[in-house]
Amino acid sequence: MQWNNWNEFLAMGGYAQYVWPAFGLTALAVVIEVIQVRAKRREVLRSLHAQFESEKGDSQ
Amino acid sequence: MNTQKIHWFKFSSPQNFYFLAGRMWPWFAVLATVLAAVALWIGLVMAPVDAQQGQGYRIIFVHVPAASLSMFVYLVMAGWAGFGLAFNTRLSGMMASALAPTGAILAFLSLATGSLWGKPMWGTWWVWDARLTSSLILLFLYLGFIALQSSIDDPRRADKASAVLALVGAVNIPIIYGSVYWWNTLHQGASVTVKGASIAPAMLWGMGLMTAAFWMYAITMTLVRVRAIILDRERHAEWVKHAVE
Amino acid sequence: MKKLGLFGVMAALLRREVSVALRQKGEVLTPLVFFVVVASLFPLGVGPESALLLRMAPGVLWVSALLAAMLSLQRLFATDHADGSLEQMALSSTPLGLLVAAKALTHFLLSGLPLVLMAPVLGLQFGLESRSLGILMLTLLLGTPTLSLIGSIGAALTLGVRGAGVLLSLLILPLYIPVLIFGAGAVEADAAGLGIGGHLSLLAALFVLSVFFAPLATKTALRISLE
Repeated sequence: MQWNNWNEFLAMGGYAQYVWPAFGLTALAVVIEVIQVRAKRREVLRSLHAQFESEKGDSQ
Repeated sequence: MNTQKIHWFKFSSPQNFYFLAGRMWPWFAVLATVLAAVALWIGLVMAPVDAQQGQGYRIIFVHVPAASLSMFVYLVMAGWAGFGLAFNTRLSGMMASALAPTGAILAFLSLATGSLWGKPMWGTWWVWDARLTSSLILLFLYLGFIALQSSIDDPRRADKASAVLALVGAVNIPIIYGSVYWWNTLHQGASVTVKGASIAPAMLWGMGLMTAAFWMYAITMTLVRVRAIILDRERHAEWVKHAVE
Repeated sequence: MKKLGLFGVMAALLRREVSVALRQKGEVLTPLVFFVVVASLFPLGVGPESALLLRMAPGVLWVSALLAAMLSLQRLFATDHADGSLEQMALSSTPLGLLVAAKALTHFLLSGLPLVLMAPVLGLQFGLESRSLGILMLTLLLGTPTLSLIGSIGAALTLGVRGAGVLLSLLILPLYIPVLIFGAGAVEADAAGLGIGGHLSLLAALFVLSVFFAPLATKTALRISLE
């Protein structure tokens, strides 16, 4: 354990304004990508359901 | 337990791969999360302070994984694209398409975290040296691949055209990798001399585990994304109807 | 019919390409005018301070030449594609790689070469000395054929695609960047008293690489686009 207390940890030896944005950006990128992937799947499913609905109508 | 030989080629059909990917991705997600947690613990809490760079060096625990993976993903993407071009397989092109956004995000992260590391250490957000420039080119190549794919309506033609683009751009990867050897650049050499002549074991572990975490994460995202792509492109196949009910 | 050898075929292709391109004289001149206009915009934008212009000159002229050369790339295959002659050529027994090389060479002759000749005139506007002007011409002479070759890949990939012009630029600019860096860099290095052997060798190497590999990539891309 390199840190004596929380404050030291957050301060990152004076580099906090660089270190935390770097990790924060990475976390944000992960979150955005997960959202994007799920949104894409939802969109494809929605369009497929719409297609199958209209096809059902055709054959009736 | 099925003791027959695994017939791998069966998974080259989009239908079979859809279900295989569906079973696989949760495992990779778990692996990614666990590895990332351990790597963060090591990198942010356990690893010792650096003699020259103080606590600021800890950015390497995201920068190096992002940079390495962005290059690796490009090679895998170009590989799948080339395979699809040579053997005319549908799934290969879909895999390449699935990899591109992940690779682009990683390339962007590599540049952004690199800037955040560069500013306190070397006094500048950006410098036009060989490694940074070729890393920027990598991001442009990813974006060009995605742009070309989205502007061609016919998916088969889109796959093949972007495959050619990906292969032509692949020549950039050895340039990025070799740039720190061939040219005197601001970017530090590849022998990561973070602490004198050798790197502390904890730092090595942190970087290695985080790289593995990013890798598992990239696989997870790609598998989930390719499932959506498969459904979209195979929408006229009978199995898709049953799969989404 | 006399059987043509490789050079004969190339010469015939070249003759055809040049005469077709020259029919549209306006389209040949437009990139040249664009080059002059764009290069002239920079002094207007950044002010007339001569020291600044002198420093900027190699990069500005190289970027302007690059953009101008890219302007006419879109039409490399589009006009032949529109009237069906491209498909005829692809089906014929003439190697597609040769055709592609002929088109790239024509593009260099009608777009690149005029830029090379025009550049010193513009360089004078920026206050470049005659030695720098000479090196600028040399680097452009080495670089513009490479631009034509790499550009032909982009033109083939985006054939018939919506928004092909901008997309083409987006795709090939990343591939052009090394040429730009070494081309403009050579002029600057020489002005700073450093040797430019490395720059010129790399420019030459990029040219040779593109001569060998670009027609292959372009040919593949064309077949994909014509399917």
